[in-house]
Amino acid sequence: MADPRWKPGSQGRNRGASSGSGRAEAFWGQLTNRLDDWLAFEPDGIILAFSGKVELGTGVRTALAQIVAEELDVPFERVRMVMGDTALTPNEGFTAGSMTIQASGSALRNAAAEARRALLQMASDLLDAAVEELEVRDGTIAVSHHPDRTVSYAELIGGKRFNREVTGNAPLKRPEEYRLVGTSVPRLDIPQIVAGQHGFIQDLVVPGMLHGRLVRPPSPGATLVSIDETSIRDLPGLVKVVHLGNFAGVVAEREEQAILAAERLAVSWEEKSALPGNQNLYAYLRLQPTQDNVLVDTGDIEARLNRAAHHLHAVYEQPYHAHASVGPSCAVADVREGQVTVWAATAGPYPLRGALAQLAGVPNDRVRLINVEGAGSYGHNGADDVAADAVVLSREVGRPVRVQWSREQEFIWEPKGPAGIMEVDGGLDENGQVVAWDYRIWSPSHASRSFIADQLLTVHLITGQPAPPMPFAFGAERNARTNYAFPHQRVTVHYLANSLLRTSAFRSLGGTENTFANESFMDELAAAAQVDAIEFRLRYLNDPRAQEVIKAAATRAGWEAHPSPRLKRSQDGQVAFGRGIAFAQYENDQAIVATIINLQVDLTSGEVRVQDVVIAHDCGLIINPNGLKNQIEGNVIQSLSRALKEEVRFDQTRITSVDWESYPILKFTEVPEIEIILINRPHLPAVGAGEPSTVTTAAAVANAIFDATGARLRRLPFTPERVKAGIEQML
Amino acid sequence: MSGELVIRVNGKPHTVQAAPETPLLYVLRNELGLHGPQFGCGLEQCGACMVLVGSEAKNSCKLKVSEAGQAPITTLEGLIEDGKLHPVQRAFIEEEAAQCGYCINGMIISTIALLLKNPEPSDKKIRAALDGNICRCGTHLRILRAVRRAAELMWGEAEV
Repeated sequence: MADPRWKPGSQGRNRGASSGSGRAEAFWGQLTNRLDDWLAFEPDGIILAFSGKVELGTGVRTALAQIVAEELDVPFERVRMVMGDTALTPNEGFTAGSMTIQASGSALRNAAAEARRALLQMASDLLDAAVEELEVRDGTIAVSHHPDRTVSYAELIGGKRFNREVTGNAPLKRPEEYRLVGTSVPRLDIPQIVAGQHGFIQDLVVPGMLHGRLVRPPSPGATLVSIDETSIRDLPGLVKVVHLGNFAGVVAEREEQAILAAERLAVSWEEKSALPGNQNLYAYLRLQPTQDNVLVDTGDIEARLNRAAHHLHAVYEQPYHAHASVGPSCAVADVREGQVTVWAATAGPYPLRGALAQLAGVPNDRVRLINVEGAGSYGHNGADDVAADAVVLSREVGRPVRVQWSREQEFIWEPKGPAGIMEVDGGLDENGQVVAWDYRIWSPSHASRSFIADQLLTVHLITGQPAPPMPFAFGAERNARTNYAFPHQRVTVHYLANSLLRTSAFRSLGGTENTFANESFMDELAAAAQVDAIEFRLRYLNDPRAQEVIKAAATRAGWEAHPSPRLKRSQDGQVAFGRGIAFAQYENDQAIVATIINLQVDLTSGEVRVQDVVIAHDCGLIINPNGLKNQIEGNVIQSLSRALKEEVRFDQTRITSVDWESYPILKFTEVPEIEIILINRPHLPAVGAGEPSTVTTAAAVANAIFDATGARLRRLPFTPERVKAGIEQML
Repeated sequence: MSGELVIRVNGKPHTVQAAPETPLLYVLRNELGLHGPQFGCGLEQCGACMVLVGSEAKNSCKLKVSEAGQAPITTLEGLIEDGKLHPVQRAFIEEEAAQCGYCINGMIISTIALLLKNPEPSDKKIRAALDGNICRCGTHLRILRAVRRAAELMWGEAEV
């Protein structure tokens, strides 16, 4: 019997894209049911497992190998993952949306089960014993009562193909039988990382490779007026200056020569003052045309709000965020004789292959895209665009070219995590019960993935045309709905047709700002009702799993029931202490998270110091507990950084967040202790953990600041100036 | 001008081919094929490119190779002796102190420089010593645990 926890050949849920349109395939890949596409058994006992997903620094390479080794009953060390190479691996679209374990893990698990069944059948014939009499240990099949009658996987299939389909009905192991899944197998790649031998994309050397650097416009929308190639004529090692529309770059023999040439190349640009500046961001966004989607409407909301004993209204704002990968984007391309080979840290090898084939003017099958790991991306950063830059430069010089962006180029030109405005109205009756909830979000599409050439920055620069609007708006609906059972509610998503800055997927898409708003507003309602924040939430949560997650966090944090704000003060009255909770179920049906934050606020400076974070996390079956904790810690720290510090700044013309001083992130001296409670559900599906623990942080901080000071902060980030202003308003 | 400059890297002399004003980082990465140090910002703001110059952790992204002088330069690769990892490297493995791993070079180099100066640093001192090293993945707590374990491994072994 097939195990319902792992759907056969599942490539993930269909999200936002209608199936059959081709768009779903572009995003999530194409199914293959050929067993040989997923697994290959080498004569020496090594098993290659092929995944179309890629490692983005989250440890999925290790987790997927665990799943394969588990289902095949082979030692973990014998499984080698081959990931994200269009010449070798299945097309699994983008590595995104915390979907790798669900999609690729499920597909590989079924493939491994199918292989095991086929191998047992072969062994049955060879050993002249019924399948039921056989047992597998470490990749060797033996007859139960005749341990000398054995045959290994390698002897049966090593170097040969199965030539059969993954049916999805091969028997799967029961969780009780697991020996690898659920254990903290050490990450495969850390020994190489600490030795400087990981082989990042930035480290790749291709024979005959030249070095390229780009000369970007000083601001989005600027146009190239003139370029003076003689300005760098005398520089040593210069191979070529490339100039196509607003795209300019240099190619040189050595990296430092390319850097110097790019710095010195005299280019004059005409800039436009087309930006509103940070101060006017939200007013500007309100004026943009929208495409609207009502996710739920139980009717008669206005009337119910008007009749409510208390009517609360609040507006929350999230600025643009930068992925801010610590390693600027890098790629190598080799374009020769109509053949294109590209090494890139892309999250979507197959989709990017299509886009680069369009750019290079060749059919898809003349492009090979090989994923090589880069610095963490947390979504869609500059990895695809730099690959296109490398293709253009390599085509111009007929040799392989390595390109790396500068720090400033990374900050200015990476697609940004989208800004958003969230507005909520809520009504309470005289008993403090929620009688109506009306939620609206305004935000641009959260995905502009490069599956067509027109989505590539390189192409925008060459043609002078901005990216076309995405065929479907996407992302802002994520977690716009809460999991609370309100009797009457309406949730509306206003996708902004114009995104001021180019945006794309950044860790958790709409989940971040929607949960910030929803969970802040829940806290506002609880305070208005003078009810403890946890008690108030539990009233509206029917799911026992959700309740258990909240209670687990509360118990560990030593939560004392009391309505906020408690306004706890230090003896000298200068410091306020507060605690806040936020809860979410990612995308309403995925991992469940509750975050409790204790912090202190310096009432004079407005500075917030987070003391500790307690987080309870239920993502179903846990594959690798330590790997999962690593992900959760990372999510908490990164989202805390976004909540307290991060905002992409710009004036009327230029993006002014260009380095680590103008876009500061959380540092070692500011990182709190984090206590993680993992709730394992061995009999439930393993769902993704790459993003869910990001979404609750901002609201937990805002709620804790309110508990400490009585000031309600609704605009991110919570800088000392904003906190101070909030406190002063209270006086 | 090339061919005259000699630097000492990982215990061996190396005649530099690059122009003297070239930042050390590119000489290490491209001439010597040492991929421990990474380009992160080119502004001495993030620490990804750190190397040990003598026993000091220094950013190599702006340090002109001509100014590196004769002090011995050590990269991650040079910490490995007879195939055996340095205790700080081992501590990072044992604590699984990496996500994407791009910043880890600088973390390890900073840790070694700290522990050479201060064998038993307090938590506060460790955090202060690493404050110039940026990690975007949020691996900070594991890195802190790795530094504490490294201190035990480094001096524990020395005493044996």
